[in-house]
Amino acid sequence: MPPVIEAHGLTKRYGSLTAVDAVDFTIDAGECYGFLGPNGAGKTSTVKMIHCSSPITAGDLRVFDLDVREQPRSIKQRIGVCQQEDTLDPDFSVRKNLTVFGRYFGIPARQAGERSRELLEFMGLWERRDARIRELSGGLKRRLAIARALVNEPDLLILDEPTTGLDPQSRHQVWDRVRTLRRQGKTILLTTHYMDEAQTLCDRLVIMDHGRILVEGPPADLVRTRVGREVVEVWGFPPALVAHVREQGWSFEADTHRLWIYTDSGEDVFEAIARRFPSEGCTVRMAGLEDLFLKLTGRELRE
Amino acid sequence: MSVADAVALVRNVSPRSLRVWERNRDVYFVTWKTNLFPPLAEPILYLMAFGAGVGALVKQVQYRGEMVGYTAFIAPGLLATQVMFQAFFETTYNTFVRMHYQRTFDAIITTPLSLEDVMAGELLWGATKGAIGTALMMLAISAFGLLHYPHALLIVPFSLLGGLFFAGLGLCFTGLVPQIDSFNFPTFLFIMPMFLFSGTFFPLEVLPRWAQNLANALPLTHVANVMRELGFGRVPRDLVWDLLYLLVLALPLNVLGIHLMKRRLVK
Repeated sequence: MPPVIEAHGLTKRYGSLTAVDAVDFTIDAGECYGFLGPNGAGKTSTVKMIHCSSPITAGDLRVFDLDVREQPRSIKQRIGVCQQEDTLDPDFSVRKNLTVFGRYFGIPARQAGERSRELLEFMGLWERRDARIRELSGGLKRRLAIARALVNEPDLLILDEPTTGLDPQSRHQVWDRVRTLRRQGKTILLTTHYMDEAQTLCDRLVIMDHGRILVEGPPADLVRTRVGREVVEVWGFPPALVAHVREQGWSFEADTHRLWIYTDSGEDVFEAIARRFPSEGCTVRMAGLEDLFLKLTGRELRE
Repeated sequence: MSVADAVALVRNVSPRSLRVWERNRDVYFVTWKTNLFPPLAEPILYLMAFGAGVGALVKQVQYRGEMVGYTAFIAPGLLATQVMFQAFFETTYNTFVRMHYQRTFDAIITTPLSLEDVMAGELLWGATKGAIGTALMMLAISAFGLLHYPHALLIVPFSLLGGLFFAGLGLCFTGLVPQIDSFNFPTFLFIMPMFLFSGTFFPLEVLPRWAQNLANALPLTHVANVMRELGFGRVPRDLVWDLLYLLVLALPLNVLGIHLMKRRLVK
């Protein structure tokens, strides 16, 4: 079976700005694949090329083994997109938003009606079916947007930052539904800048920055191979500690207040430094995606 | 835009554009109260002000060699302005709101519709709205007995053509303006002068020759000419010329509108 998405040397330029810089990736059927990266990394630009809303500048991009330049309509017939911004129709009710969208896919009215009911029930929105969009909270709107993206029973679901701006309860509800879809075998492409989201939802992911893919793989593997099992985090430490860490050849990062030592044996490192270098605090914890992310993309502030 | 570009744009328009027309129609029905009111109320206000007010001073005007009651003269003119306003404001302000504030088009182009489909749907809807506005206004005007049927019925299909022209003009500006307030410029530079100087409120014969020529170059003059003759129950004298003028200009204007919108939206 050919991959769902196959990109080779995929490039997007806006004038002199290169938003996506010759990236390669392959997404297989049934996996939840993540694009993790800071703002401006090129995640949304990549996604827009996949759903054929933005022409590719160079390289190759095939979706369902079809060329995005040649068969955008056939590709779009089989994908569902939940965009970052709210694009719901404010003049329509919750239910009407789905049936009108179904019409764009050529779904007969009756079938669209039934499908809307299923989706609204699945997303916990059936009770609000007659509500107007402006009466909905941010979380409900996002769930409706996801329901709308499923109206054509897509073979590929694209979620562009599905939980940005949502409160914790709403985020968990969205995650819960995404997990259900994943269990049902739906191929999902997800962009996010939340580590926990990527870690909890994605089978595989890439970390993107400045239009390039820095690493690719299952999140747990990436953390283990690139960071280590554990992190010793020290704050309020004497300058001599940094020299010592360097001497030992440990992998580490530091800013003005904190020091992170990446290791497979956190306890040993902790024992070795805690007494000799008195600090305000020192702790050992499991390494996570955030450690990898910050290690790869640096700690400077982004726009 | 080259001819090849124009051909490519037109080839990207499919019958799916009707789905956008349907979407806009559905919104029109949802918000019907605010939509029906203006075209019904507007002519009554105008007929009172111009008919009873100005008409008290100017009982009759000379139009194409005969004397015509002033109120009867302006009634078809009002219909022409209605087509222009409805279609132009639909594809300017309303399209801009859908494009920029509601992000409606961003959502639709992720479905099998092309951007060209979406824009063609907007243009068709703009033309339709011109026709709906005209038909509603005809109801109000007919209550004063100012239209002659059955000829006047032809005003409705004709208003689709006039509507398409002004919808295309509007979409061109929507492709160009930096923000929604900028529509003030085309409105006051093109639309308001046409509203006043297209043989709508006075016969063009009273103007000096050069001004008449200028007025004859305006699209609304041709819309008003046809509507007035039909409204008077006659076959318009220069029908072929008026239709040709509108058709020949409406088509490239519509294609240009789609082109400018595509340039604006597809990055």
